[in-house]
Amino acid sequence: MSLDHRLNFVFKALTFVAALSILGIVMGILIVILMESIPALDRFGVLGFLGGRDWNYSKEIYGALRPLVGTAISTGIALLVAVPLSLGTAVFLTEICPHRLRGAIGAAIELLAAIPSIIYGMWGLFVLAPFLDEHFQPLAGKVLGSVPLIGGFFLTRSAGGVNLFTASLVLAVMIIPFITSIARDAFSQVPDVLKESSYALGATRWETVKKVISASAATAVGGGVIIAMGRALGETMAVAYVIGNRHAGLDSLFSPYTTITSVIANEFNEAGGIQLSSLFTLALVLFIANFVALGIGRRLVKGKYQ
Amino acid sequence: MSGIAKRKLSNSVAMGISVLCAAIGLGLLFLILYDVVRHGLSSFGWTLFAKDPAPPGMAGGGLRSAILGQILLTAAALLAGVPTGVLAGTFLSEYGRSLKLSKIISAVSDMAVSIPSIVTGAFVYAILVKPFGGFNGWAGAAALAIIVLPVIVRTTESMTSMVPWSLREAAFALGAPYHRVIVGVVWRAAAGGIFTGVLLAAARAAGETAPLLFTSFNSGHFSLNMSRPVPSLTVTIYQYAASPYESWVALAWGAALAVTAAVLLLNVTGRVMIGLKQRR
Repeated sequence: MSLDHRLNFVFKALTFVAALSILGIVMGILIVILMESIPALDRFGVLGFLGGRDWNYSKEIYGALRPLVGTAISTGIALLVAVPLSLGTAVFLTEICPHRLRGAIGAAIELLAAIPSIIYGMWGLFVLAPFLDEHFQPLAGKVLGSVPLIGGFFLTRSAGGVNLFTASLVLAVMIIPFITSIARDAFSQVPDVLKESSYALGATRWETVKKVISASAATAVGGGVIIAMGRALGETMAVAYVIGNRHAGLDSLFSPYTTITSVIANEFNEAGGIQLSSLFTLALVLFIANFVALGIGRRLVKGKYQ
Repeated sequence: MSGIAKRKLSNSVAMGISVLCAAIGLGLLFLILYDVVRHGLSSFGWTLFAKDPAPPGMAGGGLRSAILGQILLTAAALLAGVPTGVLAGTFLSEYGRSLKLSKIISAVSDMAVSIPSIVTGAFVYAILVKPFGGFNGWAGAAALAIIVLPVIVRTTESMTSMVPWSLREAAFALGAPYHRVIVGVVWRAAAGGIFTGVLLAAARAAGETAPLLFTSFNSGHFSLNMSRPVPSLTVTIYQYAASPYESWVALAWGAALAVTAAVLLLNVTGRVMIGLKQRR
């Protein structure tokens, strides 16, 4: 074999090993976290852990129910706030905004995604939390507080604005750029012929958006929302500050609560034994949930146009 | 109201709401930047870069060790992640381009970009902190490298596969073996794009907190020894911002400004480079 042949073989082998390393790392993450979770899963059982209400240090009983509920609610509220805002922004960017400004405004909104999440957390703690505490929560309590059954969820029970609702809003701000950019791409891939046919029939811009563009882009936008959901599930630093990390029953949206990521961030370094294993199990749940959300979302986003 | 007037009205309302949504999005960006700059500037000065943190409660002090630590961790992560990522991306678009395995690896790395970074931190804790008996800089760099790697793989793959096949064939026709075609032609043509990917990956790594929390942790002392805890700006923000000491909170804002400025600068540079390339 000539020198070139041998060099080429070595280079090929190198690239192959590098490519395999990615599979190795992802598999490694799954396996190692699974191994670390075994003591907790052994002690509490899968359903016992996922459905367990207690997070009790002295009794050494750990259950994931409250962090799971916290993550679900905060992600849900974040999507509820961010999806309409993002879709509106995407409509603006593709249908209304003058062409010259589209690039700049789109890039500015994408820069929101580049800001590190710890900065969002800090901003949430020092700016958003006091603002909501002072201006929004009293109003919400006054308007919705006396509604039977659910009114209690809108009463402020502890001061400072560090609570589930603030955490949800910080998350919402964080995922706006993701949904916006996926929705914008989906909207702008709708063939011009379709839009022009709609205008030719006398439809207004809004009717075109509502009936033509959204019908054509719905799947991809749905995928984008699911990807953003995965992002919100796994977001840590933006939430860790403003959630309050309190293991107790949920009595109000304006009470401190807990999420999967905030428990891990707040307790990991002080934990040992079964508590550490329980935190690893939470990480495992997060890893799996994120992969599932991403798998579904990616399929929807790509499905239509490739 | 007639049908047409009604439709026109609902059109104006809907378009007005859409403009409002964009204004809120942009407004939030400016609001966050404004708050970071406003609070950060008050502790911005030469001491921020030249001194180490003062003891709790005492005024003054700076973030010299955290800044150097952050640069060290990010550089080490790039040093490991960039070559591996470029080689892996090259395999996917060159040697392995027709393999099923490459499609799988490509999809896995696309998803690996979004693995929650706290999960990566927990993983690295289990393999590089626990067995070695303590937090250390190597573990922090490894966690950041794992975050950087899939980003580099994806950009390398897409940039190298955008290089026209005829360029490679021209080189093959001159008798060049495949590895020399890759290094001399494909990489050269894709270099700008890959470099942009490196910038964006560096921005991502420099802003990460969660993966460092359980790995390199933090250190109040000036230490750049990678086998010991290494301070970083982001973990410093995490610890100082929630502390009861005013001087520490001020330092946290200073650190926040430094991190945000660095990350946005890397991002904007990367975007401008992409823009210039597209214009040409």
